[in-house]
This record gives sequence, structure tokens and C-alpha cells, in this order.
Amino acid sequence: MPEPLIVASQLVKRFGDFTAVGPIDVEVQPGEVFGFLGPNGAGKSSTMRMIACVSPITSGSLRLFGLDPATHGPQIRARIGVVPQLDTLDTELSVQENLWLYGRFFDLPRAEAKRRATELLEFAQLTDRADSVVDNLSGGMKRRLSIARSLINRPELLLLDEPTTGLDPQARHVLWDRLYRLKQEGVTQVLTTHYMDEAEQLCDRLVVMDQGLIVAEGSPRSLIDQYATREVLELRFPAGTNEAAAPQVEGIGERQELLPDRILVYAHDGEAALAATHARGLEPESALVRRSSLEDVFLLLTGRTLVD
Amino acid sequence: MSTIFLRIVPTSFLGTSFRVRRPHRMIERHLVAYRRQWLIVVSGFFEPLFYLLSMRAGLGDLVGTVSVAGTQVPYDAFVAPALMASSAMNGAIFDSTGNVLHRLKYARIYDAALATPMSPADVAVGEIGWALMRGQLYAISFLGVMAAFGLVQSWWALLALPACALIGLTFASIGFAATTYMRGWTDMEIVTTATMPLFLFSATFFPISSYGSWGWIVQLSPLYHGVALVRAANAGVWSASVLGHAAVLLALSAVALVVAARRIDTLLRK
Ligand SMILES: Nc1ncnc2c1ncn2[C@@H]1O[C@H](COP(=O)(O)OP(=O)(O)OP(=O)(O)O)[C@@H](O)[C@H]1O
Ligand SMILES: [Mg+2]
Repeated sequence: MPEPLIVASQLVKRFGDFTAVGPIDVEVQPGEVFGFLGPNGAGKSSTMRMIACVSPITSGSLRLFGLDPATHGPQIRARIGVVPQLDTLDTELSVQENLWLYGRFFDLPRAEAKRRATELLEFAQLTDRADSVVDNLSGGMKRRLSIARSLINRPELLLLDEPTTGLDPQARHVLWDRLYRLKQEGVTQVLTTHYMDEAEQLCDRLVVMDQGLIVAEGSPRSLIDQYATREVLELRFPAGTNEAAAPQVEGIGERQELLPDRILVYAHDGEAALAATHARGLEPESALVRRSSLEDVFLLLTGRTLVD
Repeated sequence: MSTIFLRIVPTSFLGTSFRVRRPHRMIERHLVAYRRQWLIVVSGFFEPLFYLLSMRAGLGDLVGTVSVAGTQVPYDAFVAPALMASSAMNGAIFDSTGNVLHRLKYARIYDAALATPMSPADVAVGEIGWALMRGQLYAISFLGVMAAFGLVQSWWALLALPACALIGLTFASIGFAATTYMRGWTDMEIVTTATMPLFLFSATFFPISSYGSWGWIVQLSPLYHGVALVRAANAGVWSASVLGHAAVLLALSAVALVVAARRIDTLLRK
């Protein structure tokens, strides 16, 4: 077993009296894609900022590459790439300058920084926008530029805080593809997301965070197996009658969740559950059988939906 | 016991991240960014120049000569070094307040830099260094103009450049430190309000003797010490008081630099 690349134990972040994170224990292995999943305010970004060595830890311990961020911050940061939740692109510089000047912060020789910038423009499909002002880029282009910029130092570890939030589905798939390519090159990745499909797509292993704490850990598949059923039956009853219908669905699946607009019935066989619903004389406005996802895991763990 | 001691005397006075290795990277970024805004840089040179021209044309004839260190000098030769010192101050303050506030709170350039091996101290020192460099550029041009007008009295005047660098360092450090306490653009008004009286009451336009028994107030102005240095350099008349003026500016710079580096650390590394 190789030495873990990130080791956090009893890690805590407090802002004044408020505990934003922890205590949490996390280990990330080299080459792994690791996810932090959770709703708004769960403490994902705060954790990421500690790992990125830009936010001092309050207590516990944190090691990256076996080094302590408190004493070796610059050495650690030299080996990681960071995509923050909100783009911090330099709006006074062109797309190209954003890349190579950032490389200079890592002490790359100027010629090398410019060479890598050209490569990364290609990678981010921004070559034809090389001389554009950053402000004129679309949201998706900015995001791609942020990711390209984070790669300028050829990081061994890439930290991505909500890499695809605000992107349209097509842009999201392009990005997933890029991240997958990086994974194949052996770049360890830690990412946060609100999206279950993203976590399922990208992560080898993930933790679900809620209110600063880790409430579940595992591979996407194992979490689904452990906390949900194979399939989910979604029932929508006419507006306002969901609540009244809920008791009548009781017992059809292994468990159920009442949401404002629908009832989720967790069952191994969704079609059978639907048949049972009809057999009870219930007439939902619509019914949908789907595979269960991390979204369901989250709901079952915390009783709340993920994206409000 | 030892914990109490540690509380009183922090193990590292400047904070753990006080490592200055790459301030020049910040300067390099500005050099590239300003390639597109060179007009702004050039314009900074004209303000003191216009002052000098108006003094020469207007007041020079009215006032005649002023006594500096026992010798009579024409009024424009008296005012020019003070304008040079003031422009060093204004340039440094301009760069280290408004521009820094923008980069800190709105453009968030430092957040990006700190995700790299750059340290908060690199950012602070880089910004102060940049303000200093820009100030030197103006000082050199201003000295050239003074020479062209015949207002330079000896080769000693070249020492006005390091004097302006010291003024730049002092006000850039103070400006940067002050900016870390600003909540937003409205606080910039305070800067304008604070620099105007400094400009007017630092023995800029009148010798300190003309302030009579209020002279000690003038002594409190950091700019006064800068003006005295530039004036001494331009006149080539040196006395022990020069060391005193330089020491005041150095001490102020040191304090402001420490405050600036510590504050930027707490602001950026939350
Ligand atoms: N600098 C700060 N000062 C005080 N409180 C903070 C600070 N940064 C974050 N918090 C608080 O810490 C908690 C966790 O915030 P964090 O940004 O880590 O959540 P998150 O999981 O990233 O949420 P989101 O999905 O909305 O990005 C929130 O309640 C937030 O208000
Ligand atoms: Mg966040």
C-alpha cells in the first residue's frame, strides 16, 4: 500500500465559535479521485481550502505528501493545482497571460510557462480565445480556463471545488472527459460537488458531508448498495394530495420518503412496486421507475434533498 | 508559565508565512497588466509637473527668494524638491491603497496567487516594491525636468532619488497597511482627506520657520522629513539632521511593513 497522499485526522475548522468542519478523518491515496459531497454549508469548501494550504487548520492534523501545511505550505502548494469554487481569474490579463503568469508564480522559466500555456489552451479548447480579455469569456470558458490554469505546474494533486457548477450539460461532459484523462495520467483528484451524477461519474471513493461532519464514506456503488435500494419508484399525486397518499403507499417498498412534490418508494424492483401501487387502487398523476443514485443516499442519510 | 510567555511574545513575530521569496513575481504581473494601461502610468507624471509650472509662472515672481540653510534660493528651486517628495508620496499612496483595495477585495488577484508557492508576505512586499518602482520612475522624470529648468543645484541632487525611494517605501507601506483595514471604496475618502493636509503642511510651500511656534506639528508629518531630505540633496547642503529625517522614515516603514504583512496574512488566510 503506498503512502496516502492526504491524511487528515480529527481535522477541525472553526470560524470564531462556529465549527464549519469536523472533526473529520480523511485519507486519499495517490491516483485516486476522491469526492466531498454535501449540501450548501456542509463545509466542503472550508475543507478544500485547508487541504490547499490557504486556510490554517484549527485543530487536528493534516499532512499532504507527508508534509505539514503549517510549516511547508509553499512546498506543498508547488505540487498541487487548485480550482476554487469561484473563479479567481485575473481580469486585467488576457486568457494566455492568465496562464503563463500563473506559471511564473511557480517559478517556471518564462519560455516554459509560455509553452505550457499554449498546450493548456489546446486542452481547454480556448486556443482561438488566447488573446481575449477574460471578462468576455462565457461562464463555461472561464471555468475551463480556471482548470487549465490549475494545471500549469503539472500538479500531482488537483483540487476542484464544484468544477461543473453553472455549466450546461454539454460543457459538463467535456469537463468530465478532461478530468478522466487526467486521472489516467495518474493525477490524484479531490473534488466537491452537489451533484450525485457527477460524483458517480468521477469518484472512486467519496464522503458525504453534512453540517461539517462526514456521515458516510465509500465508493459510489457501495454507498448506493448500503443506503438505498436498487431502484426507486417516484410517484406524483395531484398537487396537495401527496401527503394524504403517503400512508397508503406504506409497505410497498423497503422504505419511502415524502417530498413536497412527490413520494419516493425505495424498492428492489420498481416495476413490481408500481404494480403494487396500482393494485391498491392508487392513481398517481405520474410514476417513474429509475435506478437509485447518490441523491437517494443523501436523502436517506440526512432527510434532505441535495439541490434545493 | 511557558504558555503565558508564548501569548505575550508570539513565537514568530511576523507570522509563520512571513517568507519573502517571490515578490518580483507580483511585479512581473503588474508589468504585463500595465502594458495595456501605460497611459495611466504616464499621466501620473504630469500632475507634479503642472504644479511646478504653475509655481514657476505664478508664485515665483511674487515670492522672490527663500532662505534654505542660510543661502537664498529662488522660490521655484525651493518648491521643486518639495513637489518631488510629494509626488513620491502620492504615487506610493495611490498604488498601495486604491489599486491594492481593488486587487484585494474586488479582483481577488491575491487569492489566486496564494494558491501557489507565493506567500502573503510576497504579495505585500511585491505591491510595496511595485509602488516604489513606479514612484522612482516619476522621481527620475521629475529630476530631469528640474535639471532642464535649471533648478538642480549640484550633482548631490542625484541623492534625491534614494530619498524619494525612502519616501515611497514609507508611504507605500503605510498605505498598504491602511488598506488592509478598509471595508470598501468609501474608506478611500479617508486617504484623500489624510494626504491633502500632509501635502500642504509639510513645509512644502513655506519654510518650517514660517510656521513659528506651530513648527512641531509640521515635524509630525512624515512627508516633512521626506521634503527635508530631498531639499538637502538638491541643495547639496548636509547636516546631521538628515540622518534624523531618514531614521524617522525608516522607522515608520518598518512598523508599517510589519503591520501590512501580518494583516494581509490574516485577511487572506482565513
Ligand atoms: N470565512 C468565513 N468566516 C465565517 N464563516 C465561514 C467562512 N467561510 C465559511 N464559513 C461558514 O462555514 C460553513 C461551511 O462553509 P463552506 O463554504 O465550507 O460550505 P460548502 O460545503 O462549501 O457550501 P457550498 O456548497 O454552498 O459551497 C458555512 O456555514 C459558512 O457560512
Ligand atoms: Mg463551497
